[in-house]
Amino acid sequence: MSIVDERHPAAAGDPSGRGSAFASPSAGAELTIVEPTIFERSRAGRRGVRFPQPSAAARAAADDEPGLPEAARRRVAPRLPEVSELELLRHFNRLSHLNIAIETAFYPLGSCTMKYNPKVNEWAARLPGFTDSHPLDPEVLAQGSLELQWLLAALLREISGFAAVSLQPAAGAHGELTGMLMTRAFHRSNGEGGQRTKVLVPDSSHGTNPATATMVGYTTVTIPSNERGGIDLGALRTALGPDTAALMITNPSTLGIFEDQIDQVVAAVRDAGAIAYMDGANLNAILGRFLPGAAGFDVMHFNLHKTFSTPHGGGGPGAGQVGVSARLEPFLPRPLPVLRRGDAAEVLRNAWNGRATDGATFGLDWDRPRSIGKVRSMFGNFGMHLRAYAYIRANGGDGLRGVSNDAVLAANYLRVRLADAFDLPFDRICKHEVVFSGRRQKRQNGVTTLDMAKGILDRGIHPPTIYFPLIVDEALMIEPTETESLETLDRFVEIMHDVARQAAEDPASLRAAPTTTPVGRLDEAGAARRPDLRHRFGVAPVPGGTPAD
Amino acid sequence: MAYTPHTDPDRAAMLAAIGVADVDALFEDIPAAVRAAGWEMPAPLTEQELRAELSRLAGRNRIPDVTFLGYGAYRHLVPSVVGEVIGRAEFSTAYTPYQPEVSQGTLQSIYEFQSLICELTGMEVATASHYDGATATAEAALMACRLTRRDVVAVSTAAHPEVRRVLATYCSGPGIEVVEVPAELAAGASGQTDPSRVAELLGDQVACFVAQQPNAFGVLEPMRELGEAAHAVGAQFVAVVEPTSLAVLESPAGYDADIVAAEGQPLGIPIAFGGPWVGLMAASMSAVRQMPGRLVGATRDGAGRRGYVLTLQAREQHIRRERAASNICTNQALCALAATAYLTAVGPEGLREVAELGATQARHAAAALRSAGLAERRFSGPYLAEVAMTLPDAGRRHASLTERGIVAGALLERDYPELADTILLAATELTTDHDIARLVGALGDVA
Amino acid sequence: MSHPGDLRYSKEHEWVRIDGSIATIGITSFAADELGDIVFVELPEVGATLSQFGSFGVVESVKAVSDLYAPVSGSVTEVNPALADQPELLNSDAYGDGWIARVELSDTAELDALMDADAYAELTA
Repeated sequence: MSIVDERHPAAAGDPSGRGSAFASPSAGAELTIVEPTIFERSRAGRRGVRFPQPSAAARAAADDEPGLPEAARRRVAPRLPEVSELELLRHFNRLSHLNIAIETAFYPLGSCTMKYNPKVNEWAARLPGFTDSHPLDPEVLAQGSLELQWLLAALLREISGFAAVSLQPAAGAHGELTGMLMTRAFHRSNGEGGQRTKVLVPDSSHGTNPATATMVGYTTVTIPSNERGGIDLGALRTALGPDTAALMITNPSTLGIFEDQIDQVVAAVRDAGAIAYMDGANLNAILGRFLPGAAGFDVMHFNLHKTFSTPHGGGGPGAGQVGVSARLEPFLPRPLPVLRRGDAAEVLRNAWNGRATDGATFGLDWDRPRSIGKVRSMFGNFGMHLRAYAYIRANGGDGLRGVSNDAVLAANYLRVRLADAFDLPFDRICKHEVVFSGRRQKRQNGVTTLDMAKGILDRGIHPPTIYFPLIVDEALMIEPTETESLETLDRFVEIMHDVARQAAEDPASLRAAPTTTPVGRLDEAGAARRPDLRHRFGVAPVPGGTPAD
Repeated sequence: MAYTPHTDPDRAAMLAAIGVADVDALFEDIPAAVRAAGWEMPAPLTEQELRAELSRLAGRNRIPDVTFLGYGAYRHLVPSVVGEVIGRAEFSTAYTPYQPEVSQGTLQSIYEFQSLICELTGMEVATASHYDGATATAEAALMACRLTRRDVVAVSTAAHPEVRRVLATYCSGPGIEVVEVPAELAAGASGQTDPSRVAELLGDQVACFVAQQPNAFGVLEPMRELGEAAHAVGAQFVAVVEPTSLAVLESPAGYDADIVAAEGQPLGIPIAFGGPWVGLMAASMSAVRQMPGRLVGATRDGAGRRGYVLTLQAREQHIRRERAASNICTNQALCALAATAYLTAVGPEGLREVAELGATQARHAAAALRSAGLAERRFSGPYLAEVAMTLPDAGRRHASLTERGIVAGALLERDYPELADTILLAATELTTDHDIARLVGALGDVA
Repeated sequence: MSHPGDLRYSKEHEWVRIDGSIATIGITSFAADELGDIVFVELPEVGATLSQFGSFGVVESVKAVSDLYAPVSGSVTEVNPALADQPELLNSDAYGDGWIARVELSDTAELDALMDADAYAELTA
């Protein structure tokens, strides 16, 4: 496989410093071949990890107890792979080389906040005091876990301006579900449960918003955007009424734009007796600048894996904590971490100043009769809680404000530097991300945004988010984050200009991209028409899946 | 700012390019009335200060010397290679594989995960993961409602309380009624769910019946008969299983389950105070379009090379929006990778050893307590690696043992008032003869 | 784009071919092109009753999903069995092998609410 595409000098210098799987001539064929599945590497009788045998005493004692009934026993053993530890590591290491990731290359995937994930967080998450803490251990054994959750909730309250926070939801969409369930519980408690049936959602929203509304039994009403990219306030006022349960609004929006009439939006929603829900996916832009709770929102979910640097993990685990106003507080999922003994202000002072909090004790409050219940088993993705706690403490208040300053600075820098090459549907100051349109290239050169994204792949970095938000034709959504250096941003500008040039001068080659990645464009239609969703043992691929064993 | 690279000259250069005087100008679109006045946040910490703080908190947890606590979360050996694999930044710092050409590592590993879960469960298709076993179960129940166009969900009270709580919350959304089928809990009873009770209680509006194997008390359920009772009224049978047990227990496909949900934590994922874990879900291909969550499929590129993509995406929220099968978006990919590495590391023999060692040591513990005259088995039904024991004055003795660094399992009374003086002891391959001796000795001491 | 002259068309981009009391229904080649590579068609059940302009199924492409709206009312007598394995027939032969369902027409007057090929061509120009 050839690596350096001579037509595109930008591809020659690897801006990523990323590994060689993408084909430098020196990489060797080993890294560019397709890795077989782990099942194909398996050989009967080979072993990895071994376990001790039970002692004779254990076996003898066990024989006094009833055994496993024959009817309950498995008849056909699962065909798990049989490999040595080294073969396992080679397999997964080689697979890992086929990925682009934050630590290997620039990853400006809009709406996802692909910032650096600090290593000290990983160190902390692997402390045995945390990894071996059982969620059902008696509270007296779990004081560290409970204190950490209580402290994190306190920090998230301060960051968001909300009255209370639940750490239980496991992802952003899960936080949305939690927020909508609380919305419904609130209206029911006011005797308006049957009447308020509609959730308003701007046309620029994430798909999770309307999907969530449906899961809670609401119908969705779409509110258009105005010519400046904000929500159309007139249309919103018209849609609001006694049947409105909530407005779900992302702010800053998926266009990267702060809703500059947000005070009027919130007031209109509250005046209508509805709940104001803020999708907090884009909180990274406004830390210390805008506190949604203080501004009148009732509920918001945080995305710890975006704003607070917990690893994205190839698609999770996430964490979608929710903050709520006082009027929604009774409905939060149970239980909540609470301070059982001690003075809250003093505990916070001690914790913030590196002093022991040994006199304080923490627990879980299950006695919340109006709670919507549990949305997840136990208490949420604790491992994400502790990473977010570490990140917030590392930055402190000033640091978090600086995070947003630099994230917004970088996005606006790219907005200005790329405005000559791509159409900018909403040419105004942006927040953490900027959304361009590839419609000029499509119209003039017959090159789609998808083609350009594939061309970006050939230059060794991850492309921006494409085709979202839906209201921008041929959208290119760029979120650089605060952790990318000016040199990286400048290199990205060069790459984007180079792609625009290729679109104009040699569109056919762009439509054939990528050519330097481990595989080329894949047949997605074929994958969906005849799904092949699992390995088949010794059987040629069959349309429509395989029968059960 | 702990992690930003910008120097003041860098910032000045960017501000100049943008054409604004200072960074505050970039926030002027926030209406003055709602601009933040300020906040009370702690000062930043250096790495060594941060390590001290996190060590302090980790140190406030007391990890017991000996523990028999399971009840939904199980302490197992996490092989060193598992941590090595998921620690690789190419996996951990990538996101959802929207660009398949540069995400083949993530995509192929998910395909392998789906394949492994299909092998374990015997089912035809498995999703790329869910938040945890409880949410996977709730989503399975909603899926059954879509498949049957019915709106009542039935569940055995012997399914784990956490699973039932989350199920109830999820069903409250669209207004689905949840009916509980009481398990046999009287003194000397089996501890099982009685299929004839299921047959009595299930009507023709029931979309599914949910049962757990082994159940919350560690007792093995008559899954085939329970499934037949569900099928008799046209309901789906949702089996909630524990994945390591599937090395020795009949696969859900073997007893004709329609949908399988499971907590994947025992597969190489630390307990970590409740998460992140991973939810597993599997079903038959005929139901695939009603499955929630991501799926990876194999296909080819233009040159005929094998590759993997996210597929059947039209089920999902980013395309179908308010008509999606679920709102799930980000799932638990890195935990699914841990499970994949774990199942690969232990292989079929290792997984069988894990299941059998747990079963042996659970019996060893039960026999030792019985022969010491301390406790008796609570239920007559068969069990695998977790056993409920009647222990007089259980609450006080459990608390006394906690002070000695021994957790004598879970006290079931909190969730099941009728199970006073009942402890649930879990054993795994990490449970030693010495642990059992210490438990028996200490319980004798506090008699 | 030209469309067969013997069919009637709805503004939702479905076509109908009348043969006695039986109406054959499909989606237009324009709709198929707009959707892109079609990967799945959710078909109505035989015996189901369709009402004119009501939703009766769903068609999915790789990255889009669209409702199917009945151009006429009637009871479904047959669905195209080939679409289960070859949904791509909608792309390759929208007016022929890519037909979706046949219905027993309940009201021929409904055809007046549909367009002829020229009107439809104008709509999609």
